[in-house]
Amino acid sequence: MTSPYPFASIFGILIVALSLSAALIWVERRLLALWQDRYGPNRAGPFGLLQVLADMIKIFAKEDWIPPFADKAVFVIAPAIIMVTVLLSFAVLPIAPGIIVADLNIGLLFFLGMSSLGVYSIVLAGWSSGNKYSLLGGLRAAAQMMSYEVFMGMSLMGVVLLAGSFNLTTIVEAQSKLWFVIPQFLGFILFLIAGVAEARRLPFDLPEAEAELVAGFHSEYSGMKFGMFFVGEYLGITLISAMIAVLFFGGWMGPWLPPIVWFFIKVFAFLCFFILLRASLPRLRFDQLMSLGWKVMFPLALANLVVTGAIVTVFK
Amino acid sequence: MKAMASATTDRYHFGSLDSSAKNREKVREATFGYDQPEGIILTSLDYAINWARKSSVWPMTFGLACCAIEMMSMGGARFDIARFGAEVFRPSPRQSDLMVIAGRVSQKMAPVIRRLYEQMPEPKWVISMGACATSGGVFNNYALVQGVNQVIPVDVYVPGCPPRPEQLIYAITLLQEKIQNERGSFKRVLNLE
Repeated sequence: MTSPYPFASIFGILIVALSLSAALIWVERRLLALWQDRYGPNRAGPFGLLQVLADMIKIFAKEDWIPPFADKAVFVIAPAIIMVTVLLSFAVLPIAPGIIVADLNIGLLFFLGMSSLGVYSIVLAGWSSGNKYSLLGGLRAAAQMMSYEVFMGMSLMGVVLLAGSFNLTTIVEAQSKLWFVIPQFLGFILFLIAGVAEARRLPFDLPEAEAELVAGFHSEYSGMKFGMFFVGEYLGITLISAMIAVLFFGGWMGPWLPPIVWFFIKVFAFLCFFILLRASLPRLRFDQLMSLGWKVMFPLALANLVVTGAIVTVFK
Repeated sequence: MKAMASATTDRYHFGSLDSSAKNREKVREATFGYDQPEGIILTSLDYAINWARKSSVWPMTFGLACCAIEMMSMGGARFDIARFGAEVFRPSPRQSDLMVIAGRVSQKMAPVIRRLYEQMPEPKWVISMGACATSGGVFNNYALVQGVNQVIPVDVYVPGCPPRPEQLIYAITLLQEKIQNERGSFKRVLNLE
C-alpha cells in the first residue's frame, strides 16, 4: 500500500527532510552554545535564524576546487552518494498514517541496506582525494561501518520478532499498546549506539577526527561538495532519530495531539540528544571503538536476539 | 578593487577619530567619486553574497604561538565568537575562509603558512594577530620573519602582545565591514571578472 497522494508525499518529505536538516545546523550551534554557556549565532537575522542561509550561500559562492591529483569522476560522485542513499531511506519512513512514499514490506531491510551503501560515499571520497589523511579517514569509515552495521541489524531483530514484520508501518501499529522501548530496552540502547556510529557523530566521528586526520575523508573537498557532506551528515542524524522514534517509541502514536506532531516531537527529542552527546563526550580511540563494537555490542545483540526469540516462542 | 579598499580602510587613511560617515566624505573627495554603485541588480546581489560571506567567516584551526591561546578563548564562553557566526573552526584549509596568523612566524614556518594560504579556496582573508605576526615584535633576530605580510597578503592587523580576545573580535568585525563593502563579488562568483 502506498500513499494516496504519492507526489505530495514525495515532495513533502523531500522538502521537510532537507529543510529540517538545514535548520538542524542552526539548532545544533545554538544548543551547543547553550550547553557551553555561550550565546551562539545571533547576529544573522532574528535569533541568528538566517545563519544557515548565510552558510549555504557562502558555501555556494566559494571556489569549488578539484585537486589535480584526485580521481576526478569518483571525487565528484562521492558526495552525491551520501545524499542519495540517505534520501532514499526517507522513502520507507512512515511519518503519519498515509504519509509515506513507499510502504515496502521489507522497509527495515531497505533502510539497513541504504545505510550500508552510504559508507561507499565516505570510502570513495577518502580514496579518490589522493591524500593520505583522506584515505585513512575512508579506511576508518569502512572498518567502523563493517563492525557497527552487524550489530545494528542484530539489535533490530528483536523488534522484528515482536512485531512479526519488516514493514515499518506494521511495526508502528504493533506498538499501539506498548512502545518497544520497554520490552526491547537493550535493543534500543544498542541501536542508539550503532546509530551514533552510523551517523559518524561525536563519540564515534573517527572518519573525520580533526585532531588526527586534518578533516578526515573530506580534507580535500571545498565549496558545495563539502556542503553536501555537511548536509548529508545532518540528514543522517535526522534519519537515525526518525528510525529510533519509529522502531522504539511508537512513531506517530500519542494522545491528544495529531500524529504528525507527535512524530516530529519525538524526532526532535532525539536530535537534541545527538547534539547533547556531541557537547558532552570526547572522541574514542580507534581500537577502543573496534573492541567496543566486536567484543561488547555484538555479543549483547546476539544475547538480546536469543532471549527475545525464546520469549516470543514460549508465549506464542 | 581599489575603490573597495579605499571605502573600507578609510579609517586607516584618515585616522579613526572621525565618524565613518565623515571619512566616507573624505574618501569621496580624495577619489573623485570613484566608487559609484554599478546598478541596482548587481549591487543587491553583491550585497546578498557579501552578507552571507561576512556572516559565516570560518577560520582555520591554525595557531602559531601564545596568541593562539587568546584566539581559542575567543571561541570560548566568555567572548564567544559564535555570535558572529565565526566559531566553525575548520581543520582543513580547503573549507576555511579566514586565516588568523596567531603568533610569531619563524623562517621555517613561513613556507608552510604560504602553502596553507594557497590551499585555501577563494575568497580568503588573513588577520595578522599580535605584534610578532605583524612586525616581528620583540624578536628582532635571524630566526623570525619580520611581519607575515612578507609572505602572504594581510587584511587586518591586530596590535597587542598578545591582543585580548575582544581585540580579535573587533578585528573580525572590521573584516566583516570590509567584506560587506566588497564590490563585484557576484561577478567574481560567476567568473565574469
